[in-house]
Order: sequence, then C-alpha cells, then structure tokens
Amino acid sequence: MSNTHDEHSGPGHVLPMKMLVGTFVALLALTVLTVITGKMSLYGFDLSIAMLIATVKATLVAMIFMHLKWDRPFNGYIFLVAVLFVGMFLAYVVADTKEYQPDIKGWTDQQISKPASE
Amino acid sequence: MSSDHHDPLLAHHFDDMEQQFDTNKFGMWVFLLTEILFFSGLFVAYAVYRSNHSDVFEYASQYLNTNLGALNTIVLLLSSFTAAWAVRAAQLGQNGLVTKLLGVTVLCAFGFMAIKAEEYSHKYHEGLLWGGAEHSIFKVDTNTVDPAVAEHSEYWSEVKELPPEFRRQIGIFFGIYFCLTGLHGIHVIIGIIVILWLMRRNVRGDFSPQKYDAIDLGALYWHLVDLIWIYLFPLLYLIS
Amino acid sequence: MTTTDPSVNYLNHEKGLRSWLMTLDHKRLGLMYMWSTFVAMLLGGSFALALRLELFAPGQQIMSKDFYNHMFTLHGAVMIFLVIIPSIPAALGNFVLPIMLGAKDVAFPKLNRFSYHLYLTGAVFLIAAILTGGLDTGWTFYTPYSTSTDTSVIIAVMGAFILGFSSIFTGLNFIATIHKMRPPGMTWFRMPLLLWALYATSVIQILATPVLGIALLMLIVERVLGVGILDPALGGDPVLFQHLFWFYSHPAVYVMILPAMGVLSEMFAVYSRKQIFGYRYIAYSSISIAIVSFIVWGHHLYVSGQSTMVSVIFSAITFTVAIPSAIKVFNWIATMYKGSINLTTGMISALAVIWLFGIGGLTGLWMANLSTDMHLHDTYFVVSHFHFVMVGSALFSYLGAVHHWWPKMFGVMYDEGKGRLWTIMTFIGFNITFLPQFLLGTRGMPRRYFDYAPQFEFLNKVSTIGSMIVGLSIVMVFWNLLRSLKNGKKAPANPWGGVTLEWQCASPPSPHNFEDAPTVGDPYDMSQNRFVSDEEGYVPVTPSENDPYVYQVKVEEA
Ligand SMILES: [Cu+2]
Repeated sequence: MSNTHDEHSGPGHVLPMKMLVGTFVALLALTVLTVITGKMSLYGFDLSIAMLIATVKATLVAMIFMHLKWDRPFNGYIFLVAVLFVGMFLAYVVADTKEYQPDIKGWTDQQISKPASE
Repeated sequence: MSSDHHDPLLAHHFDDMEQQFDTNKFGMWVFLLTEILFFSGLFVAYAVYRSNHSDVFEYASQYLNTNLGALNTIVLLLSSFTAAWAVRAAQLGQNGLVTKLLGVTVLCAFGFMAIKAEEYSHKYHEGLLWGGAEHSIFKVDTNTVDPAVAEHSEYWSEVKELPPEFRRQIGIFFGIYFCLTGLHGIHVIIGIIVILWLMRRNVRGDFSPQKYDAIDLGALYWHLVDLIWIYLFPLLYLIS
Repeated sequence: MTTTDPSVNYLNHEKGLRSWLMTLDHKRLGLMYMWSTFVAMLLGGSFALALRLELFAPGQQIMSKDFYNHMFTLHGAVMIFLVIIPSIPAALGNFVLPIMLGAKDVAFPKLNRFSYHLYLTGAVFLIAAILTGGLDTGWTFYTPYSTSTDTSVIIAVMGAFILGFSSIFTGLNFIATIHKMRPPGMTWFRMPLLLWALYATSVIQILATPVLGIALLMLIVERVLGVGILDPALGGDPVLFQHLFWFYSHPAVYVMILPAMGVLSEMFAVYSRKQIFGYRYIAYSSISIAIVSFIVWGHHLYVSGQSTMVSVIFSAITFTVAIPSAIKVFNWIATMYKGSINLTTGMISALAVIWLFGIGGLTGLWMANLSTDMHLHDTYFVVSHFHFVMVGSALFSYLGAVHHWWPKMFGVMYDEGKGRLWTIMTFIGFNITFLPQFLLGTRGMPRRYFDYAPQFEFLNKVSTIGSMIVGLSIVMVFWNLLRSLKNGKKAPANPWGGVTLEWQCASPPSPHNFEDAPTVGDPYDMSQNRFVSDEEGYVPVTPSENDPYVYQVKVEEA
C-alpha cells in the first residue's frame, strides 16, 4: 500500500486520482492515434501498428485499471498464460490453414461456377 | 460454531480476511482467463479468414462506420475509467460516490448498446449481413438476393458487380463481425446486470473499506469487456 | 451445532432432499456427483450393450440403421460428458480435495453448488435431446453434417455447452483452493500426488473447456442463422471446426486420465505400505502432460485435410506424451517393489490399470504415427484404443478409488471378497470385449457402422460376449457397494493406513471436516501409523490432539 496518502485500512491498493485520470487521457489519445494511423496507408504494417497500439492500451488497462502492477504477480501470470495459449492456438491454426488453401481452392471454384453454367 | 468467534464478513472456511480477499481475486483472474479463451475461438476464425482473404477484409471493412466504432471505444473507455474510480471510492469508504460512478458506468454501457443497435439496424436495412441470412446482399448467386433489399440497399449496385467468391467471403466477414460483436454485446449486457446488482448492494450498505470484493471483481470483469473491445475495434473497423 | 458428538457427521446432520440439493458442503456435492455419474454410467452402459448386441452378427439384429447412429452418438456423449469427465475430478475431487488440504471447504462453495446445478441442467438437456428426435452426429458434432441433420443437435449442443461450464467452474474452484488454502506446512512438494493431478486437470479444464464452449456456440449460431464460418457450402473453412473442437477435446482426454493417475499414485503407495517412488517425477509428469496435451490436438486431423507440415509437428509432439506417462507407470511399479502389498479391491483395480493403460497407451503411439494412422484411422483399432484408455484406465481407476474412499465416505466397509471377484470379472470381460477389436481394426473394419462384412463375425461375437460379462460384473460391483450401506461393518477412521489428511478425520467426516487444521507431515511416510487389530485399522504412532481416537476416548470417559 505504497504510493498513496489516502487513509485506507482494508486490503488492496488504492489508485491515486492523478494516475486514474492520466491513464484515461492516455487511452483516449491512443484511440485517436489508432484511428488516424488506421486511415493512412502504412505499406503493409497497418495490422502490426494497429495491434501494437491496441496492446499498449490493453497493457495500460490491465496494469493500472485492473491493478496488476500492484497485485500479486501470480494474477498477472494467469493473464499472460491466457494470452500465450491464445497465441499458440492462433499460430497453429493459421499456419495450417495457409497450407491447405490450394486444396480447397479448386473445390470452391467448381462450386461457384456451377450456378452460372446451369 | 461459525458465528460466535468469527468476523461476520469472513466466510467460515477462510482463516482471515486477507486470505479471503486474495482467494476471491485469484478466482476472478482465473475466470477472466477462461473468458479470454472463450473469445479465442472467434479470434482464431477471424485470423484464418483474414490471413487467407486479406483483400476481402480490407474491402468489407469500409462498410463499417469507423466514427461510430471510435465513439463506442471512447464510451467504453470512459466506463472503464469510472469503474476503476468506483473501486477507489469503495476503498476509501465514499459510498455515495460509488453509487454515482457505477451509475455512470451503467449509462455508458447502455450508450454503447444503443450505438451498437444503431449500427446493427443500419446493416440489416442495407442487407449487409452474412451470406446465409435471408436479407443479405452477399449471395453467390445474385438471383437469390431478395429484390426488395436489392432495391433499397445503396451498396447493391456495387456489390453485384463483384466476383462471386469475393462476395461470398464478404458474407463470411459479416458473419465474423456479427459473432464477435454479438458475443461482446452479450458480455456488455451481463456487465450491466452485474453493475446494477452492485449498485443495489452498495445502496443497501453492504460494502466498506474492509469488504468491497464484489465491486473490485465486478470492475475487473468490466475492464476485460473493455480490453476485448480494444482489440475488436482496430481488427474490424480499421482495415485500410 | 455441536460437532464433538462423534455420531453426528456430514451425512446425518441435516435431513431431507433440500438439505442435499441446496447444500454448500463439498462432501455432499461430491457424493451427489458420484451418484449422478453412476446413474449416467448405467444409462450409457446400456446403450453400449445395445450396440454390441446389434453387432453380434452381420445385418440387422435389434435396431434400425438410424437408431444405431443415435445409439453410438448418445453412448459417447453420455459417457464422456456425464460420466468420465465429472467422475474423478468432480465426484472424488470434491469429496477428497478439501479434506486432503485440511480445509473446511473449497474456496468458493456457492460456485461449487452452481457447478453441480449446471451439471444437472446439462444432463436434462442431453436427455431432452434423446427424447426429442435423438442425435446422430457422433459425440464430435462435426460440421457440416451437424448443421444439416434434422435431429436435436441444438438441444444436445446446449447440454454439452452447459456441462462444459460446470467443468470450468469446478476446475476454477480447485485451482483457487489448492493455491490459497493449503494448510501451514504443506508446501507444493508436500502435497499428496492426487492434488497435483487434480491441479493439472483443473488447468486443462479452465484453459481448454472455454474453447469447446465457443466452438459449440458457433455451431448453434451456424445451425440457426447460417453464418457460414463453419459451412464450406457458404464459403466457410472445412477444417476450422475440427481445430476448435479438438483444441478442447484432446486435452479433455487428459481431464479423464490425469486424475485417474492421481488416485493410482495414492493407492499404490498406501496398498504397498511404502513411500511413493519418485514423488517429484510423478508431480512434474502431471504438469508436463497437462501442458503437452495442448499442443497435440492435430493428431485427430491427419486425414481431415490438415496440412502435412502441421501434421508432422503434431505427430512428433504426440510421441512425447509417452514419456511422462511412462514415468508414472515405472514409478508405480517401483513403488510396489519390496512393498507389503495389500490386495484390496482398490489395489486390484490399480494393478488392472497398469495392464490396461499399458495397452491403451502404447496403441496410441501407432496412431500418432502418420503413416500407420492412415490405415487405422476411423477403424475399430481406434475404438479399442480409446476404450482401453478412457474405460480401462480412467473408469477402472474411478471404481478402484470409489472402493478406496468408500469407508471414508459412508463409514462402512464393503465386502472385500465380492469386490475383488467382480472387479476381476470386469477386467476379464473388458479384455475379451476390446482385444478382438484391435484385430478387427487392423483388418479394416470401420467404426460407427451398423453392419459389417461376414469375415468379421467371429471376433464381433467374442467382443459382444465380453461386453455382457462387463455389464453383469459392473452391476454386481455396484450392488456390492450398495449392499454395504445397509449391512457393511463399521469402518475405522483409517482402514488402509493412508497418511494423507483425509485419513486423520473420522469416517464419515464431521460436517466441517476438522475442528482445527490438522498437522501436516510427509504424505507418504507410512511409519507414521501402525495397524491395531482391535480397531481393525491403523492408528497414528504419535497421536495428536485432533485425532478422532483421542476424542473418542475422551467422550467415552465423560
Ligand atoms: Cu488426441
């Protein structure tokens, strides 16, 4: 229970008001930024930049609003495990789907052309 | 044996308040993990289609209203801010302020849903739906599109010139759009119920700086709903 | 409430149906799970016997083709979702886990009750699906068939979805309990191995089950609205559903087998009266199985159009699961070496599992191999393999565990002779049923077919006869247990000489398990208690204040 001068006798960490407001303003600013960069053409880096900004925002929410910065570290690990497993799941399935696309391409072409030819 | 020597705020199977507080919070984080994995299935579906049809996604996202999406992002961020503030107020025993802040959070949540409803009804009206929907303009066979929809949809003239496979994949884009935002919307509605319940309990005087777990956990849930939207917004609305 | 009176226990301190259904007591919830799984097992088992009767000879015997499809689907769905998944984790885990931790209850008792209510709701949905048109998709619900068949897919899928959440909340509860409620002195590496196994199981439940939830939800949406994500006819991806489904369902087989391995570790140590061999290796192998289980799901997709590159990766990782599994088996055998083995019903089940899991596990390697799997995929070889693992290993361990903790649950001893006899009969019947199916599979008999070619007739007949032996023996096992409730001998607190904490409280335990947290020592140091023939059980060598014997003596004096 550092960082605060408010009287608080119960469990948990109290966020200073300044930090709350500051985080909120930062989140708003990042939202504006992501809208602006989203409208520009960034030579193939659009998705990476959008995800980078989203991740910064998510980190701010998790660390400050959700108190992870002051919480027991294990709660943060739980969060990281979730992200890690989602990432692994995504990586496998996307790696796989790219490989079998040629196989289904022929089938879909056939499917599509059917109504036209009949 | 439970009531005579125990603090009434402490459940009988815990040794002390700290253990109780820690355990509740730990449990909530595990629950948030399950929520993230719950959404993961749809994110995987998104990734599969976007990685194979990035041109479709780029094209289709222009049908989404970026301004409304951005507005909703701001509304949710504001609600997250007031939720975090409500936890602070509860920790400091400012119970009147807690009610007000939770009230603002709920109002934002309703605002979010209202904007979402506006977006949905516009999409329905214009036939911007998944291919299997009756009202959709993204059918492989253009003859199967409902003529009434085709007539008043301002996008039809453009859509009907697209190659059939491309049109079909736009349908999938909208399928994913509705699934992701719909599931997120369900979570917002659950959040509204939870926060209203917290307000009622707060008015009843259930919370004190010693025992405010429920507000803390409710806020954590609400932040997760916000977190997911933080990713949904650029993934759906901002594909240039 | 007074708990000093030893005749008051968790079974009799409150009465009436309501006191059971609305209870927050983990022990009562555990028992209700147990009875529910038994009922579901009889239901799923009778489906299985009906299937085997149909396959007694080629051609139609007792049911139509369509009815056969419904039967094997429901057999799978009931056995997996209503029996095996909740068997050891929810039924035994609920009963034993808090007591092993010396705690009064799980971390979230209300959530625990909610899990059970969800389980009942899910069961009602599954039964409603049976009554309103049945289900013929196979328990795997593969699209696009499941989006087009006119059977009650939606109700059944809702049932599985709800059961999934029941399982998630149980896992969540156990993880929080193990993390936050261990008594002073019980470090991670002084936990009984069953707790390690239940912990690993819970990790799988919370990480994998939500993905089943979303997969099933997408399936419902697909069926109701025709969204197209899972439907190739609408431009959907043909393999995606299988990825989503198996991301859960492969780890789910470890939800079935890991807790079974946990109870085996307990039983081998207790019934050999010997320190468990390689404690840390068993603990680590549980965790490593849990983690590796998440990166092998693709071995179900070898012939589904999955790319070769990904198949090769999945195949390689699948082989590595054999390592931690074998570590456990070797450690159990080493535990028995030079022990003084007590051949109770529990121990006989445990020994049976070494045989059954050996076969089940090793035949798994054949299918992890890409080239042999091309031949064996979707044949009776697969059927036999997973029955050896899921029934032979998981359910045998469950039955053994029920016998092991039966005196603790109800305070009575079952008839050991009959228990042994019918367990051995089940084991024999099981082998007669499923060993021939390996041969059928390698000779090319496909699974899920109502009919078969005439050359498979002999082996099918043997298999059906074996299944009848299993059916009869299982009923007798249950009958023997039920009979003990009425006329079983009163059980001592510690009939087997276990050192884990549940053997330190009375049989059956008092409503709050322990009045004060009990003293924690090495969970496998068998020198802490000795057999006393007057008690017909084991008593601590150095009794502490909290032991039931001490206060029983006091009560008698007063
Ligand atoms: Cu598998």
